[in-house]
Amino acid sequence: MSNTSEAGRQPGLRFRERFPLLSLITERLVLSVILLFAVSVLIFGGVEALPGDFATTYLGQSATPQAVANIRAELGLDKPVVTRYFEWLGGALQGDFGKSWASRNSVSEQVGKRLGNSLFLAGFAAIIAVPLAICLGMLSVHFRNRMPDKIINVVSLAAISLPEFFIGYLLILYFAVNFGIATFPATVYEDMGFLERIQTIALPTATLVLVVLAHMMRMTRAAILSVMSSAYMETAELKGLSAGRAIIKHAAPNALAPIINVVALNLAYLVVGVVVVEVVFVYPGMGQYMVDAVTVRDMPVVQACGLIFAAVYILLNMVADILAIVANPRLRHPR
Amino acid sequence: MRLRDIPITAWIGIFGIALALFCALFAPFIAPYGETEVVGAVWQEADAQFFFGLDNLGRDILSRLIYGTRTTLTVALCATVISFSLGIILSFIAAVSGGLIDAIFSRFNDLMMSIPTLIFALVVLAVLPQHLIVLILVMAILDSTRVYRLGRAVALDVAVMEFVEAAKLRGEGTAWIIFREILPNTLSPLLAEFGLRFAFAILFLSTLSFLGLGIQPPAADWGGMVKDNKDGIIFGVAAALVPGSAIAALAICVNLVVDWLLKRTSSLKGGRGDA
Repeated sequence: MSNTSEAGRQPGLRFRERFPLLSLITERLVLSVILLFAVSVLIFGGVEALPGDFATTYLGQSATPQAVANIRAELGLDKPVVTRYFEWLGGALQGDFGKSWASRNSVSEQVGKRLGNSLFLAGFAAIIAVPLAICLGMLSVHFRNRMPDKIINVVSLAAISLPEFFIGYLLILYFAVNFGIATFPATVYEDMGFLERIQTIALPTATLVLVVLAHMMRMTRAAILSVMSSAYMETAELKGLSAGRAIIKHAAPNALAPIINVVALNLAYLVVGVVVVEVVFVYPGMGQYMVDAVTVRDMPVVQACGLIFAAVYILLNMVADILAIVANPRLRHPR
Repeated sequence: MRLRDIPITAWIGIFGIALALFCALFAPFIAPYGETEVVGAVWQEADAQFFFGLDNLGRDILSRLIYGTRTTLTVALCATVISFSLGIILSFIAAVSGGLIDAIFSRFNDLMMSIPTLIFALVVLAVLPQHLIVLILVMAILDSTRVYRLGRAVALDVAVMEFVEAAKLRGEGTAWIIFREILPNTLSPLLAEFGLRFAFAILFLSTLSFLGLGIQPPAADWGGMVKDNKDGIIFGVAAALVPGSAIAALAICVNLVVDWLLKRTSSLKGGRGDA
């Protein structure tokens, strides 16, 4: 960022001056692609470099060298690492993640079915959690250091300390077992109606909302408070602007970028939170697929799921950065 | 600072942590039954003899809870201490050296942080052998990225101060500057961060154990106990919720103390008094 305005890069400089916004966004996009590439190297290379050989694990310690060699050839483990990496990456870019070692099924087929389920669950939770968190955060700032703020503070502090699975089982015990008004396990089928599907995922959604709500609310509160305690808000207050006007004209435009950041960060968090919640509710999504694969050391599945989760995470962070650049003109002219 | 100035919430937190420490240290003396001892029927209801009832194999939940404190606290504490030492030392080296070293460390850190912690842990644990030391190291290394980020930001602020420059001109080495000049001046925010990371380590370890990738049975561990007893929930047996609440309670206690530490640090800095 620091040496971009140096002389000697005339064409680049001109493009940068004419389209500051476009060039920054392009820069961010290129950076994400590089990052994603590096992550794929890390996921594939890390798995290769670590000790433990699948063939020996698969056949047990007493396997003959011939049997080990056979299974290595069958799984393609006898080729050099670099060749296998590019084969894997090339396949992944075309949506082909190879075959599962455990079940010999196509990984992409499973991923295709489950990714939609996971995104549906996370997306539905986000639709409820985001507006709720921002409203609560604003409420808490409005009543800052008074009773409602203190109650929200203590409750949210408690909520971020609860593990996801604890909230999940608590909800199951009360709503599914004791009162019988919700369904468990949350199994969804392909040809399920929309309403029925929503009814089924009510409990997992509630768990995710509770998990992410407290985080998002606390961060929103902090972001708004840091804007409210800045010098220009004091000036606005001193020159006699009404509270509402000061907030709409001065605070809101400045608070927008941090709030977008908070939301994106928590959406990324939601993507990971899905893993545990899916295991708790036996929901057929990516998280459960990955955890099952990890327990049986099914590497193609683990690598595919790891790459997809990382890609979604990087994508969300990138969108957050781009939106922040669009929302805050100051970020367009880095010094 | 006087004891009276500590708010009631922080006292609750300190009390909770002390109780957990006490259970961990004296587990064999206060636990009524053995860690893996089968004492009755499966999922027997709680009564005067078995305070929280029995678990999925007929083991006393209270005893396993007390023994589990030991495992959970030790592993979480080890992971936090290692991650902290690693993160702080690397970040301070980066902040003091600057230039290429800083760039390499920071870019690599960015790369590590671009993969969600849990996903990264799942990928790594799928390959590595299941061993306690492996688990602690994986948790520590993944968490040290967060420490690194904070440590570098804090250290950069201090590294440009006059007294650091004076030490450099005096001819002190990098180690002196890190441990004698920068570390004492950054202790307060780092202490709060240590608490946060510890709370996170407890939750993370419990999550891994719950997924069956953390501490392996038959050793008692809070997350693993939830996993063992989760099938009881459908029959209305709340055995899985007991260790779950223990995790939650300990994490809340740590967070209460951290909250107080953070408030204290921010009030030292001044400002308009809120935030």
